[in-house]
Amino acid sequence: MEKNLATDASLVRAYLQGNEASLSTLITRHQSRIYSFIYSKVYDKDVAEDIFQDTFIKVINTLKRGKYNEEGKFLPWVMRIAHNLIIDHFRKNKRMPMFENKGDFNIFSVLCDGDLNIEKQIIKDQIELDVQELIKELPEDQLEVLTMRIYKDMSFKEISENTGVSINTALGRMRYALINLRKIIEKHNLILTN
Amino acid sequence: MGKLYTKPSLEGKLKNLNPKKETLQFLLNYSKVLHISTKGEMQFETILN
Repeated sequence: MEKNLATDASLVRAYLQGNEASLSTLITRHQSRIYSFIYSKVYDKDVAEDIFQDTFIKVINTLKRGKYNEEGKFLPWVMRIAHNLIIDHFRKNKRMPMFENKGDFNIFSVLCDGDLNIEKQIIKDQIELDVQELIKELPEDQLEVLTMRIYKDMSFKEISENTGVSINTALGRMRYALINLRKIIEKHNLILTN
Repeated sequence: MGKLYTKPSLEGKLKNLNPKKETLQFLLNYSKVLHISTKGEMQFETILN
């Protein structure tokens, strides 16, 4: 009871002398005003909770560092800290707006991880291995062009220079290579999908 | 008589709002474990577990 009648200044002094219970009294005494003040600005209970916590972390740090200038104005001082943190919160949110997940729209329905999951990666590897086996059935000239184009990423100009044929011939061989590859896949009754 | 479309004032809603007990407990615990030591002009923060 005695503690509840004590002034903020005397509680702060007691806290500085190591009386932790004084802090509890101070927080209990002012929590409603400070929290309501923060909530009235941010309208979000979780954010208000965070700012309230950060406010008192600053208060505790400042008090313990002995940097608090006692002028009998504990509450206005705490309110000023809370006010500054609210401004920081809005500044940060302006740069990095927070997306709230509402019931009618889920952000994760339009966002997805571009990387393949392990199952899809295994399937992809298997398909690539199958294709490498299949292309061995192609005629030599077509296999050469297809390998240069797909696996060595060469342009048709480079392929024509390397193989000593015209660009049109290289293009034609590539076209027939793909047609034949499809035929081979159909012949073996394969389904190559990922 | 025209209808009045008014919202209940926010003041009533904002009264008696309090932070969670966990938050208060965290702050009290934080205060207990925080130790500031001074060496010359420098201050060091230690969290004692």
